[in-house]
Amino acid sequence: MAESASARYRTALGRARGLGSSHHGVGHFITERVSALALIPLVAWGVFAALRLAGTDIHGASAWVGQPLNAVLLSLLIVAAFIHLRLAIQTVVEDYVYGFVAKTTLLVLNVFVCVLGGAAGVFAILKVALIGAL
Amino acid sequence: MVELVLPKNSRVQDGRHWPAPAGAGKVRAFKVYRYDPETGLNPRWDTYDVDVDACGPMVLDALLHIKNTMDPTLAFRRSCREGVCGSCAMNIGGRNTLACTHGHADTPGKAVQISPLPHLPVVKDLIPDLTLFYAQYASIEPWLHTETPEPQSEWLQSPEDREKLDGLYECILCACCSTSCPSYWWNGEKYLGPAVLLHAYRWLIDSRDEATGDRLDALEDPFKLYRCHTIMNCAQVCPKGLNPAKAIAEIKKLMVERVV
Ligand code: SF4
Ligand code: SF4
Ligand code: FES
Repeated sequence: MAESASARYRTALGRARGLGSSHHGVGHFITERVSALALIPLVAWGVFAALRLAGTDIHGASAWVGQPLNAVLLSLLIVAAFIHLRLAIQTVVEDYVYGFVAKTTLLVLNVFVCVLGGAAGVFAILKVALIGAL
Repeated sequence: MVELVLPKNSRVQDGRHWPAPAGAGKVRAFKVYRYDPETGLNPRWDTYDVDVDACGPMVLDALLHIKNTMDPTLAFRRSCREGVCGSCAMNIGGRNTLACTHGHADTPGKAVQISPLPHLPVVKDLIPDLTLFYAQYASIEPWLHTETPEPQSEWLQSPEDREKLDGLYECILCACCSTSCPSYWWNGEKYLGPAVLLHAYRWLIDSRDEATGDRLDALEDPFKLYRCHTIMNCAQVCPKGLNPAKAIAEIKKLMVERVV
């Protein structure tokens, strides 16, 4: 890549300092870990419940989702998973995608898709719990 | 996106073969990366058949032997030849290390393969351009920051607090760690990298320093600090046996500590 004139005359320290620190990052760091922590019991519970429901028909399953504790835990599982997913994908994009436009587009898309996924999941659980599956 | 293949003008081609002199003792091949920007040619691998009986045990000894007796055009950096200056860092047998403390007999493979530190612009042969690396080091202001009027003699520190600097102050800024770090490869312009963050931590925990908060402010950034994903390459390669990944984890802990 040919070096632009402006890049050539920039001092190294100016380059290293760049735009300075954005003073954020610790929030991402903490949320990523707290959501991971929440997901450990939630996923274990979810896998256990799925195995137990394996032989049940749709009526039995929707009755199970209709129980308040199950509906709440399922919703929390969905929310925690999508929060964690959003942060993880953000990290991957920041690591590997260069260029302001490509990067911001993907970061915004990531938020939209994860919020959409979470909202759809929670809506589905509430619908089954309150109105029934069919 | 991340570059997975080298640009055309950086692809390394086969170079020259330099046979061992007549009457050589035990011969080992040294496959060395050669690049001279003034020729406009691509980099190449030159192979030198070195009489290892005639030179010292370290890779630097072999390089000096090549330069003195076979090919004076070979360019590399060295100064102390005993692992304290950090100038002879290069990639030897696929691993970043110091040429002066790494024995060529300890390098696996048929040939001893030597290239410059990865993912930096190459000035010539085994000499990488470390300008940005040093500027990043300068950007963390690696000196004592104080506002309290200077004491009559030195700033005092308890032996326990002094001990906290062990495992940090020994860093010779050779850049082996930073240039082995995938995060530094992909985002080296914005990520400070393990060596510089190790030094940042060295000043953060210095009990005499009065700018800890400002230092943390300057580091809290998704790129400057949080590109470290604890891949641990840095700790694996450090020729001084230091652990930059641990220092970075400690910085992240301090960041959490000040918000909870
Ligand atoms: S631990 Fe961090 S600094 Fe060290 S190699 Fe891994 S990502 Fe790089
Ligand atoms: S931490 Fe080790 S590898 Fe990194 S610059 Fe310092 S001495 Fe070299
Ligand atoms: S020559 Fe000084 S560290 Fe190798």
